[in-house]
Amino acid sequence: MSGLRFGLKTLLRDSRTGELGVLLAAIVVAVTAMTAVGFFTDRVGGAIRTQASAVLAGDLDLSSTDPIPAEYMRDARARGLDAAELMTFPTMALAADNNSLALIKAVSSGYPLRGEILVSPQMFGEAAPVQGIPAPGEAWAEPGLLARLDVDVGATLVVGSASVVVTQVLDYQPGQGVGGFSQLAAGLLVNIADVQAFDVIKPGSRITYRQIFAGEPGAVDDWRAELRVRVGKSVRIRGLEDAGEQITAAIDRAQRFLTLASLVTVILAAVATAMAARRYALRHLDTIALMKSLGATQGFILVSTLSQLGLVIVVTALLGTFLGYGAQGVLVGLGASLLKVDLPPASWFAGALGLLTAATITVGFALPHLLKLKDTPPMRVLRHDLPPPRLNTGLSYGIAILALLFMIGAIVQDLLMLGLIAGGLIIVGATAVAGGWFLVWILTRFRGAAGVSWRYGLANISRRGSESVVQIVAFALSLMVLLLLTLVRSDLLSEWQRTVPEDAPNYFLINIEPEQWPGISDFFEEKIGTAPDYLPFLRGRVTRIKGEAVDDIQFPNPRAENFAKREGNLTWRSALPETNEIREGEWWAAANQGEIEASLEVGIARDLGIAVGDTLGFNVGGEDVDVRVTSLRFVEWDSMQPNFFVMLSPGLTEELPQTYIASVFIPPEKRRILSDFVREFPGVTLLDLEVILSQVRMIIERASMAVQYVFLFTLLAGITVLLAAIQVTKDERRFESAILHTLGAGRRTIMQGLAVEFTALGTLAGLLAAFGATAVGWVVAEQAFELDYGLNPWIWLVGCLVGALIVGFCGTLATRGAVNEPPVAVLRDG
Amino acid sequence: MQDIVLRTEALSKKVSSPEGSLTILDDVRIAVQSGESVALVGPSGAGKTTLLALLAGLDRPSHGHVWLCGEELTALDEDGRARLRGDRVGFVFQSFHLVPSLTALENVMLPLELTGADGAKARATDALTSMGLGERLGHYPNQLSGGEKQRVAISRAFITKPEVLFADEPTGNLDTATGERVASLLFDLNKEFQTTLVLVTHDRELAARCDRIIELASGKVVP
Ligand SMILES: Nc1ncnc2c1ncn2[C@@H]1O[C@H](COP(=O)(O)OP(=O)(O)OP(=O)(O)O)[C@@H](O)[C@H]1O
Ligand SMILES: [Mg+2]
Repeated sequence: MSGLRFGLKTLLRDSRTGELGVLLAAIVVAVTAMTAVGFFTDRVGGAIRTQASAVLAGDLDLSSTDPIPAEYMRDARARGLDAAELMTFPTMALAADNNSLALIKAVSSGYPLRGEILVSPQMFGEAAPVQGIPAPGEAWAEPGLLARLDVDVGATLVVGSASVVVTQVLDYQPGQGVGGFSQLAAGLLVNIADVQAFDVIKPGSRITYRQIFAGEPGAVDDWRAELRVRVGKSVRIRGLEDAGEQITAAIDRAQRFLTLASLVTVILAAVATAMAARRYALRHLDTIALMKSLGATQGFILVSTLSQLGLVIVVTALLGTFLGYGAQGVLVGLGASLLKVDLPPASWFAGALGLLTAATITVGFALPHLLKLKDTPPMRVLRHDLPPPRLNTGLSYGIAILALLFMIGAIVQDLLMLGLIAGGLIIVGATAVAGGWFLVWILTRFRGAAGVSWRYGLANISRRGSESVVQIVAFALSLMVLLLLTLVRSDLLSEWQRTVPEDAPNYFLINIEPEQWPGISDFFEEKIGTAPDYLPFLRGRVTRIKGEAVDDIQFPNPRAENFAKREGNLTWRSALPETNEIREGEWWAAANQGEIEASLEVGIARDLGIAVGDTLGFNVGGEDVDVRVTSLRFVEWDSMQPNFFVMLSPGLTEELPQTYIASVFIPPEKRRILSDFVREFPGVTLLDLEVILSQVRMIIERASMAVQYVFLFTLLAGITVLLAAIQVTKDERRFESAILHTLGAGRRTIMQGLAVEFTALGTLAGLLAAFGATAVGWVVAEQAFELDYGLNPWIWLVGCLVGALIVGFCGTLATRGAVNEPPVAVLRDG
Repeated sequence: MQDIVLRTEALSKKVSSPEGSLTILDDVRIAVQSGESVALVGPSGAGKTTLLALLAGLDRPSHGHVWLCGEELTALDEDGRARLRGDRVGFVFQSFHLVPSLTALENVMLPLELTGADGAKARATDALTSMGLGERLGHYPNQLSGGEKQRVAISRAFITKPEVLFADEPTGNLDTATGERVASLLFDLNKEFQTTLVLVTHDRELAARCDRIIELASGKVVP
């Protein structure tokens, strides 16, 4: 018999007796979790990316005030990318009786490459997606423009030297972001073929030329890299990551939640695997010794062990990947209606991830134990109690730690994160072990406390010193996850969902003249019962930083340069918005009449090297002002509120040229008031946020669902740890209770002893778990997710109770079989 | 003089214990002839099992040498000793030691397959049938009684036609009648295959059936 056949045969036989159950279950759970997350982020993540790119109308966007060479379009298409071109410019649109400034967006066929255009047949009608673009001679107009011109669909508008017929109301077009208030005029979508006829392109006209591209992520990245070299300085390149801070932030958090969940799952599964593998090895020592006495060489044993591991890897990888794929299928199916785009098919990469997970866990955590089998002394056939071959601790822990780091690295794909997590794990692990030892030590003091069951139970814990610690730590880890799962997770998730409440503002009003405000306020008071708050809105350009002219400064990155060289949005406020948090300095108390104070967003301040106390010069509507930075703010970008890099103190600021903006929540059934509004306040531009809002909500909703789902695997992994820990001592317990039986101890006494032992173990583990969950929950909430998390005092009680109950019950139940076995059977079973 | 298949020279075994070094076997010199049957007897703790393990190359001596079938064991590495055992040595243990994941037939086939011999299945089937276990070929060890297990173990021990068979209290776990049957089997096979038999036993009657008795006391051969 070859080592291969013997190994596989033994493995199969063991799997039939249930011996392998825990080991296989642990690895399968890890693989399932990893592949489910892998498949999920792969497919839905892809879909979310697509939706983010819908904001840009493509994956990559070039814009310039000069014409962009047409050869880029050709070259991009040659690379298999889709491409379209756009021109935007403001110009006057004339109707029969009225005229208005319109923002013309002339597009080529193919636009939008991502996302869709929503149109309706008349003003404030039902919006529906549409294919294609306006035919030459036709135009789709935003409601604001139609209202200002006081016309509806069917009207003929004169643009420059030509005219177009309005055939649709343009309700939504990609690229209509929340942050971009530059779009001050209402839009008119036309075919790019008409631009020539308009004859409006003259020197000095404010035209923006754009080209957009979309395709496979890799191809887009390559193209982007090439463009970066080819395009001139005047061309601005934007990619997905610039596609609106709200969406990026939401995706980011979602990925961190998922990462955390799969990480904990993998770690727990690895712990269970190591425990189960050790037990598996111990149980096979005798057989291996026998094989050796019958002439089996070390090579034979090695081959047999390795083939077992190989089979374990293949089986768990297949099963786990299959389950992971199914799990992800359920997940996607659950919320498919939420996604308007088609999901990309699951890629093989996620499948390979399953194999990788199975292999890493098996090799890292099971191999060291099983490899030692070949060193089993053959002498064991004659002397059972010979100690098993000693594990090379340094080497085996080294392998395990390497494997773990490898897995974490694969999950987080970020060296800094890897370091942080590894450090965190070491701290959690060391604290848990120290805590475990301390608790066991305390327990030893209570040994003599009560009757024989108590003494037997507690003595067991302290006698098995290090094993008890391992068990406590393992139980504690699983319980910790359980606690995090039930208490912290729901706290975190609801905290997160609160960032986009149901009644989040769904319309922005911009371009409000300050003297119009009372009228607007009254309008909403009357129609929807609440008056929105306004926000002053100033357009300003930075002129000086710390006294130095901006033109002389070298900027470290495009974000800083964009901020400094472009006209940006400013506001003044007396109170700090709720979604902002002061990180340095202090928010102003009241209007300081002497100078204007400014509060900067921390990120941009860091980019520009600005600290509290520095000065900035701004040009606001032609007036130069100097401001002093008195605080740095953290901004919650996905809060669906208008957010600002720079906020100014009131007082002098109120004299500067400005408009107001406001955001309101208009319930869907009251949308018709908007036509009244547009008629009454034609100068005010309405921005519909519904689409973006629902995108962000969708992402949060899907991600929360995914996270809960993945945490389910974490829970399963925790249970496998529990089972493995119980299984490890099972043989010993069988034997012990048989001896106790023969010594005259009743079944009841032994059972009580076991119950005391497991309940005590569970309570200690619960205590440790509550501590861990509190600490981890706090760190995770504050550091990783930037959410406020109030500590939950119930966690301690719940932890101890649940620990005592679950571990006490499961432990006693799982070892009950041992007690019930007739002692002869156990003692004679050599 | 007949062939000597098993010989020791100044064999001793020391182990370290909490109370310092402990000598379990001290300067043991024995020689066993081919085809001979030898009983190792002595009080509990005398070192019988230890000696048997050294003779079979399951353990290494602290001093001295063992020649088994012409090979000096201390000169071989673990794999070398394993191969020697596979080719020329058989074992019967007190607690049978069948591989739980293999059937009776597969257990008997095992030594043949490990050495790569031909016709393993047919030979194992024959061996078990001649032991009266023809109906039990596909049974797993946990489906067999103690006596049946020991008969399977004996079939397995003799299947390679070993030159030397070691047995550590082969009847220790069996009732008197079964023990008697198993012992008879051992001696029959010893005659049939000319196998040298070295067995450790507390059973005076079983010892008396051997050609020679070597008595151990406190790690020394009693002259
Ligand atoms: N690894 C070891 N460490 C310490 N002492 C040992 C070791 N192996 C054997 N001994 C001791 O050596 C002595 C001989 O043991 P051995 O098992 O050879 O005796 P035995 O003659 O087979 O006894 P029994 O008839 O009870 O089986 C015993 O006192 C035993 O305690
Ligand atoms: Mg003995």
